[in-house]
Amino acid sequence: MSRRLLKGGRVVDPANGRDARLDVLIEGERIARVGRDLPVDEGTTVVEIPSGCVVCPGLIDMHVHLREPGQEHKETVATGTAAAVAGGFTAVACMPNTSPVNDNAGVTEYILKKAAEANLARVYPIGAVSRGQKGKHLADIAELRHAGCVAITDDGHPVATALLMRRALEYAGMFNMPVIEHCEEQILKADGVAHEGFCAFTLGLRGIPGEAESIMVLRDISLAELTGGVVHIAHISARQSLDAVRYGKARGVRVTCEVTPHHFALTDEMLGAPVPYDTNVKMNPPLREAADRDRLLQGIADGSVDVIATDHAPHHYDEKHVEFDRAPFGITGLETAVSLCLDRLVHAGTIGLPRLVELLAVNPARILSIPGGSLADGAPADITILAPDLRVTVSVARMRSKSKNTPFGGWQLRGGVAATIVAGRIVYVNEDVNLRM
Amino acid sequence: MKKDLLSIADLSSEEIYSILDTAEAMREIGERPIKKVPTLRGKTIVNLFYEPSTRTRTSFEVAEKRLSADTLNIAVATSSVVKGETLADTALNIEAMAPDMIVLRHASSGAGHLLSRICRSRIINAGDGMHEHPTQALLDAFTIRQHKERIEGLKVAIVGDLLHSRVLRSNVLLLTRLGAHVWVSGPPTLVPPGIERLGVRVSTSLEQAVADADVIMMLRIQQERMQGAFFPSLREYFSLFGMTVERVKRAKPEVIIMHPGPMNRGVEIASEVADGPYSVILEQVANGVAVRMAVLYLLAGGVEVD
Repeated sequence: MSRRLLKGGRVVDPANGRDARLDVLIEGERIARVGRDLPVDEGTTVVEIPSGCVVCPGLIDMHVHLREPGQEHKETVATGTAAAVAGGFTAVACMPNTSPVNDNAGVTEYILKKAAEANLARVYPIGAVSRGQKGKHLADIAELRHAGCVAITDDGHPVATALLMRRALEYAGMFNMPVIEHCEEQILKADGVAHEGFCAFTLGLRGIPGEAESIMVLRDISLAELTGGVVHIAHISARQSLDAVRYGKARGVRVTCEVTPHHFALTDEMLGAPVPYDTNVKMNPPLREAADRDRLLQGIADGSVDVIATDHAPHHYDEKHVEFDRAPFGITGLETAVSLCLDRLVHAGTIGLPRLVELLAVNPARILSIPGGSLADGAPADITILAPDLRVTVSVARMRSKSKNTPFGGWQLRGGVAATIVAGRIVYVNEDVNLRM
Repeated sequence: MKKDLLSIADLSSEEIYSILDTAEAMREIGERPIKKVPTLRGKTIVNLFYEPSTRTRTSFEVAEKRLSADTLNIAVATSSVVKGETLADTALNIEAMAPDMIVLRHASSGAGHLLSRICRSRIINAGDGMHEHPTQALLDAFTIRQHKERIEGLKVAIVGDLLHSRVLRSNVLLLTRLGAHVWVSGPPTLVPPGIERLGVRVSTSLEQAVADADVIMMLRIQQERMQGAFFPSLREYFSLFGMTVERVKRAKPEVIIMHPGPMNRGVEIASEVADGPYSVILEQVANGVAVRMAVLYLLAGGVEVD
């Protein structure tokens, strides 16, 4: 069995209360020991962790669109997981709005087969709540569970009716599966393409008020309370939604929520400048105003936000190279998330590294009931090595994702990924970091 | 001037006045027996219209012809757009024929910005979605100045569908820039959030908005999509926001009434007002040609007019 010792890095492992200069011994696919100045046995490869680098449990992105099957021109499981490991993620959970929809074991198994072939990040499929995500009949949830789905969602849309959502929460509760909800009151959203506010008004873009999101968050929290089910609110963007989640948590409802890097890093002013009507700042939910962004940052700091997830939504250049209101919603996120988190959250002083690891690893693993989020002895050796002080210039050309729809190209950020290890195997090393693996 | 005219925000106050002053000279050309000067001879201008338009398209075409430009009209129904070509591809194909300017009308806000990024030709926005219609605001300012000899200090009331109107956005930017006191009025369902940040006063009372106004500008109501959604009925809309002779009396005695067209008589404006002594609606149309000549001329680099 191969042995590798990660020597002398700052180990940030909040699940085990660790934040110290420690060694991590990997044996085969698992973590053997974590401790101070571990002895080096014969046959152990020693990796000296450069000072300033951080060893933490592998990051988990619980909201990713891998687009396969059906939209391989945007992304595949192979390119998406390559982007994931380059972004420091050892695991991703992928959304079911593929073509066909992941509403049956056949699609789930296909995705898992592609993931095994790619052999990079771990892939946890998320199944549909309803057949074809059409909001009428429940999908075969037990079958999806059995095939490997870790949650259900009709992401892209909310679960269509309160009745269906109620039943999904009740039924999925049998398997302890969370229902992940894309919250949006669609009639109120109407044909909106941007946050309803001053920016959208001056640019002549149809608005989507924050309440289009928070109304649905409140519906789902009420139904989770009614049923005792578990609901996870995806990509919260509006301050009203965060208030709703806080209300639910205060009442003891089993509700968690996530925020994307673009919603804590950007505001709707990006619609007008530097590139007016840039379709790479069109996403759903939309970028909101500074008051919303500030509330999300507050929620990230005080614990009311559970997870940072990217909502990685690759779209082909041709699809985005159109009029703003005709372009699809969504941007890529896997390869920029860590740098944005380190720069905008950690270096900005909003949170410390242990909290960041909770948001990016511990909590996603707990919510989805999947392995990971911990460097405990015997845990899978899924490890991310961060370089928090690395000067990063975001290079779209170097991205592994098949799609390049990001507004962050050329951004200069402090902090990046040094290396990514999945099941003891080094799947990514950043050549900009002086790290000999 | 900048390469393109996409928004009133692209223009400095000096440039706005320069356009208005140039338009005075252009208007004189329209009064000659031979209404043509060789100014833009050899220049090719493409009028690319993705939305039906009578007034704006013909106004640009007349302006281009009076300046001796070679003009080409592309209307959406007869183009390859119906075959699924994207706006960017259509623009690049037109661009390959080396026109000097493209005049674009499009239903999507920001369509001109997309063209601006990919074309060498100068782009003139002739109306993009709900965003802007800068030449309309310029011709409105020209018309106001003709009657009032100034813009600064005037009270201008703009009434109607504020939410969806590109004419509103361009006019507010231009009139506030030149120092007018702008009031806007319409039902709350049609008042965009944050509009007061542009320096306008908002009132749902038409009477308050038009009180002592120097200028009243009516906006078009899109009947098909408005009724039942943004207000209960056209009848009720007219009762609250229709411009009647009675309401005009609340304004200054020498008030002028404007409308960008096309008008819905009896919906946003009574015929007695539209055709009445205060109406300058047809003058706006006439001035549109002169103002567009000025814009074309100045964008082309200001060659001498003879």
